[in-house]
Amino acid sequence: MAAPDLSAAMIETATLPTDWVVVLPLVLALMGAALLLIVRQSRGLSFVLALVSVLAIIACEITLLLQIFANGPVSMTMGKWLPPFGISFTADAFGASFALAAAVVTLVVLIYAEPEQPASVGGGSFYALVLLLLAGVTGSFLTGDLFNLYVWFEVLLIASFGLMVLGGRAIQLDGTVKYGFLNFLATTVFLLSLGLLYGLLGTLNMADVLRVAPQANPAAMAGVAALMLLAFGMKAAAFPVNAWLPASYHTPPAAISALMAGLLTKVGIYALLRTLVAVLPATRDLLEPVLIIIAIATLLIGPLGAIAETNLRRAMGFIVIGGIGAVMAGIALPNLAAISGAGLYIFHAMLTMTALYLVAGLIERFTGQTDTRQMGGLYAANAPLSVLFLVLVLAAAGVPPTLGFWPKLLLLQGGLEMGGWIGGLLVSALLLNAVLTLIAGTRLWAHMFWRAAPAEAVPVDRLPILPLHWLGTGVLFAMIVAAGLWPNPMLEVVRSGAADMLDPARYIAAVGLAGVTP
Amino acid sequence: MDYVLAALVGCFVALGVYLLLSRSLIRMLLGLVILGNGVNLLIFTAGRLTLQVAPIVPPGLDQPEGPIANPLPQALILTAIVIGFAMFSFLLVLAFRTYQSLDADNTDTMRLAEPVDAPQPPLSY
Repeated sequence: MAAPDLSAAMIETATLPTDWVVVLPLVLALMGAALLLIVRQSRGLSFVLALVSVLAIIACEITLLLQIFANGPVSMTMGKWLPPFGISFTADAFGASFALAAAVVTLVVLIYAEPEQPASVGGGSFYALVLLLLAGVTGSFLTGDLFNLYVWFEVLLIASFGLMVLGGRAIQLDGTVKYGFLNFLATTVFLLSLGLLYGLLGTLNMADVLRVAPQANPAAMAGVAALMLLAFGMKAAAFPVNAWLPASYHTPPAAISALMAGLLTKVGIYALLRTLVAVLPATRDLLEPVLIIIAIATLLIGPLGAIAETNLRRAMGFIVIGGIGAVMAGIALPNLAAISGAGLYIFHAMLTMTALYLVAGLIERFTGQTDTRQMGGLYAANAPLSVLFLVLVLAAAGVPPTLGFWPKLLLLQGGLEMGGWIGGLLVSALLLNAVLTLIAGTRLWAHMFWRAAPAEAVPVDRLPILPLHWLGTGVLFAMIVAAGLWPNPMLEVVRSGAADMLDPARYIAAVGLAGVTP
Repeated sequence: MDYVLAALVGCFVALGVYLLLSRSLIRMLLGLVILGNGVNLLIFTAGRLTLQVAPIVPPGLDQPEGPIANPLPQALILTAIVIGFAMFSFLLVLAFRTYQSLDADNTDTMRLAEPVDAPQPPLSY
């Protein structure tokens, strides 16, 4: 019997070693998590192993980013099946740079959280969950297949559930119930949209969907996209499905909420950007009025909530929501400047929001309080903390020359290029958001740092700020300041990512589907 | 057959949403499970129903002889079932732990993270 000819269905050449960097970060994260689970009894060993794994992941992702920058998107299809039959991993400049930011943020949080892990047996379980979370986040950023995206969402979801209840205080259980139910509902809605999309198109590979989507019934596709908007909007905490975020993000220890604030909502909004702008652009145009309303509402609700909030980390949660509105504005304005701005905003928000939560954690340790009404006089007591907090608040509001200024500038440029009343509305909402965020942030700063310390009615247990806390926060802070003062590399990365999103020819070619007629 | 299954999916989703609107955690959990099963059935139906044979290539050939059932939705559903079950187990344990420590199955009384009597923010400094 002659060997069957497989060239129509299988890749017969060996995978290029350079293509392996697309999956290596994931392999490292998953293997690292498995190893950490084995050694979780030893806290010190867990810490070192986690650091080594994350550093290796960062090295892989820098290689990947350089390669994408030189040759365009990189793709690898699993099991040697020809795409779209095999599951593709496809990284473009957006996915790779966000994955890199996620790994950097994880590294910083690992350092920051080290002193807080219990010395008891099993004190290392935190690290296994963090690496699992990183695996889920990296997978979501690098995958080129919609069903695979669903799987990575669930991986990061189950890891974040574990992190959120770690310690098991009653308030954490309360927060996790709200977080868990709503996020599981969101992924189920996403799965629902995937089922319908598969029924309509018969494929879930992003590049393949991009090719065959124009032939499908536009009304049915609009339904699918609306379900995706609901699912990812819920994940990203966009208005009106944002209530779970301020109800849950302040309940776990500061390091864990920093990791979540930096990574989880950004994965949701990235998935929305990827599906609506890059994969289903025709359907995005149908949904544009909805997107504009959501963007404006989210931009305003976020900082207004932060102004009304007294719990420090809950107020930060509202600022995170306001930032999601800025990315939504980019999705509502599909031109090169606005999409680059949205991409740069995601990158900036991953670093800045994590840093804000880390500093909030330091303030909570230093004062022994979580409520701003009981704080005061911190400027005299701890001046470096006040500088960190003020600069980060300015970055969140987008005041030059901080990192937050550049994405806002690109988004405003996109809005002005769009023109008309839509552009005008979004530009006004973005500017208003900046002003309101500035008010909310400086108000918090004034109450915590500037006014005199209130008389202490009951003694509180203050915790010392340890060198590793300063190291973690300081490294991230230095990166944010440096990226703000020297934004050119990141600007070029997001321009190339945005160009590939708006003109997917290079993306389709990288997957190997160019020229194949549907 | 497709129409019957589509109607069934609709019933599952409607029932799931109805239960999710409840204040009781256990009902919400049951709602999520029913919704999840409705979605699995939807993927199955969306993959086209056939009365054909199982997707197995006979020995000696490199492709199946006649029309076969679509194997991909089955793989997707299998993945979704496993994941859904893991999530369900976690949320069930979480609901039980919450009941133990907060003595609450009613989400209206779970207000530790968001206190009902939250005072006004400081008006000045």
